[in-house]
Order: sequence, then structure tokens, then C-alpha cells
Amino acid sequence: MSNVPAELKYTKSHEWVSVDGDVATVGITDHAQDLLGDMVFIEVPDVGANFNKGDDCAVVESVKAASDVYSPVSGEIVEVNDDLADAPESVNSDPYQSWLFKIKLSDASELDEMLDANAYSGVAADDSH
Amino acid sequence: MPFVPHTEEDIRAMLEAIGVESIDDLFDEIPTALRHDLSEEPALASVPEGLPESEVSRLMHGRASEDGSPLCFIGAGAYEHHIPAAVWEITTRGEFYSAYTPYQAEASQGTLQLLYEFQTMMASLTGMDVSNGSLYDGASSLAEAVLMAVRANRKSKSKRILVPRTTHPHYRKTADAIVKNQGITLEELDYDLETGHINPASLPDEPGDFAALVIPYPNFFGVLEDVDVLTDWAHSHGALVIAVVNPVALGLLKAPGQWGEKGADMVCGEGQPLGVPLASGGPYYGLMCCKQALVRQMPGRIVGRTVDLDGKPGYTLTLQAREQHIRRSKATSNICTNQGLMVTASTIHMALLGAEGLKRVAAQSHANKQALLEKLTAINGVLNVFNRPSFHEAVIQLSTPVADVLDALATENILGGYSLADDYPELGNALLVCATETKNDADLERYAEKLQRIFNK
Repeated sequence: MSNVPAELKYTKSHEWVSVDGDVATVGITDHAQDLLGDMVFIEVPDVGANFNKGDDCAVVESVKAASDVYSPVSGEIVEVNDDLADAPESVNSDPYQSWLFKIKLSDASELDEMLDANAYSGVAADDSH
Repeated sequence: MPFVPHTEEDIRAMLEAIGVESIDDLFDEIPTALRHDLSEEPALASVPEGLPESEVSRLMHGRASEDGSPLCFIGAGAYEHHIPAAVWEITTRGEFYSAYTPYQAEASQGTLQLLYEFQTMMASLTGMDVSNGSLYDGASSLAEAVLMAVRANRKSKSKRILVPRTTHPHYRKTADAIVKNQGITLEELDYDLETGHINPASLPDEPGDFAALVIPYPNFFGVLEDVDVLTDWAHSHGALVIAVVNPVALGLLKAPGQWGEKGADMVCGEGQPLGVPLASGGPYYGLMCCKQALVRQMPGRIVGRTVDLDGKPGYTLTLQAREQHIRRSKATSNICTNQGLMVTASTIHMALLGAEGLKRVAAQSHANKQALLEKLTAINGVLNVFNRPSFHEAVIQLSTPVADVLDALATENILGGYSLADDYPELGNALLVCATETKNDADLERYAEKLQRIFNK
């Protein structure tokens, strides 16, 4: 069973979100990295770019596939994790420290629609069968 | 599911599932005037009845003999060069004889190694970091480069590309057809009528946001653009630089990777001059190279070198996540074949010539063009049009209509050049002539002599 920290919020498309004030930090879950396999390249969005909830805004490329990462909330990108350019494998080894981008929330109520750890564990478990 | 053709029942079930009555209904979008009714008798009336092999052989030999072997001074994007006999002897060996990178590619280490060597040669010739394993042809490689530039240029969100009118007219037309439905516009930059190149002084001070500038080198007139100034100008406006090159010319000229302060970002072009015969127009192949930073936006196959479990060198397809079998609709291109056999010939051709040989081919071609230009412009009624250096082509102006002159030369078994009347009417009776290393003094003399006679009539 994959690791699903209780303090984070989740999406059905396997992003995790940690919120600090009006800024959400986004990465992909342990379950997602396990499905995708060894990461070889992470394409992060541009700082200053605006996305709506559900827009594809980053790409995680593994030896098996290249998958879009969807913005869990609407807002503007305020910071990206440049360290991933040289160390994409950190998403495999430490998915909850290896965040992809930080986005400034334009509508905090969108957070209410996200899954908690319990609900996401259910999604991930269904996925594995 | 068994691998068998669809039964009538399968077809009915599929049509029912998508709510269509008959297969023909799927083609409703095609205007009826363009469709052939297969139920009509005889079906496909324009297709002749079958013939026995002996008669087909006689027919094709008869047609082939009509080709003749004229003395050719036409360039305009496809160039006659000497191809050492070994090139196609090796290329058509059973081990190499395929148009494609093989399926289960890694089982064909020889083919992959050859493609890897090709990429290395191309990257070296263009001064770029990486090359792909080829595209369809020069024109579509420009289209792919334009699409790539729009994807890759993250500073500019523009879908505007500046394209000099000195870029091959067919390339511009092809690129436009491919990119326009994606909202990308190709905006023309006009050239200087005295010099035949993009005059840097004419570049707009405030060009607005654009994703890339195309720089043809040499340009369609054979003329050398001011590549350093153009490259720096584009970069200073946040745009990428797409070089469209003749690879043979790069044997002699400055590699795009060294243009200006930062070098071109992408290089595309027609690979035919490297070992591929004119062959009535194809098959040719497109080349594409780029800087390392852009490699994930590059279309086409890329072969990489690695080591196996025992530490021995091996070759493998790499960065496949860009490609359509993995990335599906978001692939860098859904035209992801290559022209493997042509690339095989090119690689062997370049290996036989070597860097020094390629340089000599380029230098001799240039020298022959100069000699031809001198002989032709000595004729009363023939003028040299542009006053800038050119590679192995030049534009001349005739005192009489070009079409008549070309017809008269053709009766003497000489293909005199490419008429610019349709694409560049502003140049008047202009003819684009080319002389490669395949021509000797007697050939040049013969052209000049016949042309002189036509003017004397």
C-alpha cells in the first residue's frame, strides 16, 4: 500500500496539495510515481502562468510514459521546483518532498472539492486492482 | 481477438455502434465531385486492365528510355552531385534495405548504429547538439521546425513566425498548409532587390512578438544571408532562430550553431544533396537538428548510445516519450516516420567523402557557378541580378522571355535553369541557374554557346 500522508489534500488524478495561506504546493502522489516508474524528466510550468482548475500544466516523463499533471486549483504559478531538472528521480524516492510547483489560489473554495487522505486511499486502492 | 479481417457482421456492429448506416456515409465530408462511385461499371475506368509481366517490363523500359540524360543546370532545392558507386551498392545490401527504423529496433543494432553515426555527422555539420533520424523532406522539415518553435518558445506566447521571401517558395507553401490550421501565421519579410538578401537595415525596430525567425542559408537565390546579424536580431526580440540549410554548403560555410552570439536554435533542410539521386523528385529526406535545451520538443526518432549489462556499447531509440506511440495526441509530431534508406545512403556518402571531401565538393560547385555566371553574363542580353556572394546558384536576367529560352535550350538537351516568373514576378525575366561539381569547363562552355546562339537568332 502506498504512502498517503493524512495532512495533505488529493485529486483523483493523483496530485497532492499542501496549503499555506493562499499558496498551494503541488506534487504527484506516491501511488502515481509507483505506477509511472523511474522518472527521467519533469517539465514544470512557467512562473507567472495562469491555470484553471483541471488544466494540464506540467509533464512527468518516466521510462514508461509521459503524463500530464493537472492543476488541482485555479491560480497563478508563483514558484517552480528547479531542482527537478537535474534530479527527476527525487519524485520517485521522496514524492511528498519533491513538489513541482506552487500556485497562488484565485478561489480558495476549490480546496473543498478535493479529497482527504482517506478518500484518496480508496481511489488509489481501486486503481491498483 | 483473432487477427482476421472484419466480417460483414463485425462491420454492421461497428456501424451500429457509431450510428452510421453504411461505410460510404463516413466519406460524406468529401465533395461528391471528388469521389469515384465504385458501384459504377466499369469501376475506376481510368485504371487500365492488368498486363502480363513481360508487357509491363517492355512498357516501363520504353518509358525509362524517354528520360534521356540532359545537361542539367536546374537547382532550386534539388541538386545533382556525384555519388560514389559504393554508396548505393552498400545501401541496397539486404541488411540495410528498408525505408524504416525497424520494429523492435534494438534487435537491429547495425541500423541503429548507422542512424547514430548519421546524427553525429549532422550535429557536427550544423554545429548543433542533437539531430533526429530524419523527416520526410526539406519542406515538411521546415513545417515541423515552425511547430517546434511555437511549442518551445516559452518566452513568447506568439504564434507568429517571420519567414523571408528568400526562403524556398515550396517550403513556405508546405509549411503554411501544415501549420495554418493550428493558428500559426507565417509572415513574410521582403528582400532587397539589389542584393537578393534580407537587408538588416530593413528589419523593423519594433517587430512585435514573434516565436521564431526563419533564415535560409544559402537562400533560394543561392545568395548568402547576413546570418550573424539576423540571428542576433531575432534573439534580441525573444524569438528563436530556425536555419534552413543546404547541408553541402555547410561543408564550406559557417555552421548555424556558430551564427551570431548564441547560434541558431534549430536547423532543418533537405538532405537530398548528400548521396540521394534526383530521381524525378524523390524520395528525399528532411534533416533536423537543435540545441540540447529543445530536444524534448523535437519530432522524429532519436538513436542514443549506451552500454549493455556487460558494459559493451549498444544503440537504442531514446527520448521516445515525445513520440506518438507513447504521448498519443500530445506527441511532438504525428508524422513520425523517417526516410531510413535515404539516410543510409547519406551516411555512407558522407563517410566516403569525409569533411575534406564535402568541403571540396562545395568549393568546386561554387567555383563552377562563378565560371558559369561569367560566361553567361558575357553574352549580350544576359545580366547578373544580385550583387551579393552566392553559393552554387545565381539569378540572371534575360532580355527575352525565360520560357522561350528554356524551350530552345531543351531542344539542345540542356535544362537551362528554374524560371522565377511565377514566384518572383518583380524580377522580370529572371532565371535561377545552378552549377555543381558535376559540370566541367566543356559543359559550361556548351551552355554559354547555345545560349549565345539563341540570342543571336
